[in-house]
Amino acid sequence: MSDLFSKFDPLIETREQLLSTGITDPFGLVMEEVVSPTVAICNGRRTILLGTYNYMGMTFDPDVIAAGKTALDEFGSGTTGSRVLNGTYVGHKAVEDALKDFYAMDHAMVFSTGYQANLGIISTMAGKDDYIILDIDSHASIYDGCALGNAQIVPFRHNDIDALEKRLRRLPPEAGKLVVLEGVYSMLGDIAPLKEMVAVCKAAGAMVLVDEAHSMGFIGENGRGVAEAQGVIDDVDFIIGTFSKSVGTVGGFCVSNHPKFEILRLVCRPYVFTASLPPSVVATAATSIRKLMHGKSKRDHLWENSKKLHGGLKALGFTLGTDEPQSAIIAVIMPDLERGAAMWEALLNEGLYVNLARPPATPAGMTLLRCSLCAEHSAAQVDEILGMFEAAGRATGCIS
Amino acid sequence: MTDRAETEARVMALIEPFNKKGIEATEETRFAQDLEWDSLTVLDFVANIEDEFDIVITMNQQAEIETVGQLIDAVGKLRATE
Repeated sequence: MSDLFSKFDPLIETREQLLSTGITDPFGLVMEEVVSPTVAICNGRRTILLGTYNYMGMTFDPDVIAAGKTALDEFGSGTTGSRVLNGTYVGHKAVEDALKDFYAMDHAMVFSTGYQANLGIISTMAGKDDYIILDIDSHASIYDGCALGNAQIVPFRHNDIDALEKRLRRLPPEAGKLVVLEGVYSMLGDIAPLKEMVAVCKAAGAMVLVDEAHSMGFIGENGRGVAEAQGVIDDVDFIIGTFSKSVGTVGGFCVSNHPKFEILRLVCRPYVFTASLPPSVVATAATSIRKLMHGKSKRDHLWENSKKLHGGLKALGFTLGTDEPQSAIIAVIMPDLERGAAMWEALLNEGLYVNLARPPATPAGMTLLRCSLCAEHSAAQVDEILGMFEAAGRATGCIS
Repeated sequence: MTDRAETEARVMALIEPFNKKGIEATEETRFAQDLEWDSLTVLDFVANIEDEFDIVITMNQQAEIETVGQLIDAVGKLRATE
């Protein structure tokens, strides 16, 4: 009889090998105290957070906290039910209204997580004879949405407009087509050429879904994302987003102008067959989203942080995921997992937390130290961060 | 040259640049086990095949293809439906 766990043996071995060197487990960090959106206590030490998705620093906003507390008092700790049965409270409608206002769109549907939003919309929209055309570097939730449905899946090379155009042209003209793109690709922090890609999709009669999880609140005049920044938001059929990044809580959503959109509430299984978000969560989300509409100065400061960190790391001699800063994510490319883990630990010892990202999450088998900036990082903190990178980089031999 | 032989010749030529182990590729050669291609290599290779024959091989179809011979058959079928 075979042990069903045997398939994980190679991964178990890799992990044991890494940890046997005495290194801190990069995937086992515990935060004992969270001081602010940018600082926590880890292993008893004050640590600057540079690996969260708290781009706009909303998690400790006093209005957001107050809204959550009021909702907890008035509506209780949870809904104990599906959105389509007993799980829709006024707060759920209020956060959907906030999203409609934020994106200036007709419809908004809130899921319990961003992962479920992709899972639900992608698996439901593309049926057996339809095609999903997706960027090869798409997030796991997009691939899992494809796997949950039964459409025909056609990948194309990352951000390659020509490869997308060719594949669309080769598919049967009469077939239903959903092209799935992301505004910001979260591993390298690069953005998609949405202007050109959306035009190519529309010319081929395909519907377009853009996941703007990592751009909401930050990129675009109104923080609506890369599609807004590139002037094509009106041609995008579905925008997927999350509350777990700039909004600062948890939950996912889809906004759309399609006149038949509301039917999805009855046919989308990851929406129907799960409990809705707790009242406190939707109250904090709605408050945060409405505040993000007026976040211009925070957006400007976040861009300054991104440019400063990118320029500073480049000057120190690190290899980065993009030539220019394109988002709030700056990815530092490490030569291999061992040195990546060593550098990660050295940074933690300096008092800095970044994400260690490794295959299969990363493209091309890369090991990355992924830095995500927050609008609440001060310029002085960014200087401090650069000093830590310099010290850790020299100690581990990643820079000379 | 028959259509199949012609397809085979073109497929073999496209395998060559990715044949890092330099093994003698035949119809029975398996992409994963014999050529030891990882998913990224497969992606690049499939993109080249698609461009060469102006076809699309969906991931659903790719899942059914294990050997070089099966790929040649699949390409033949896809070209016939063009």
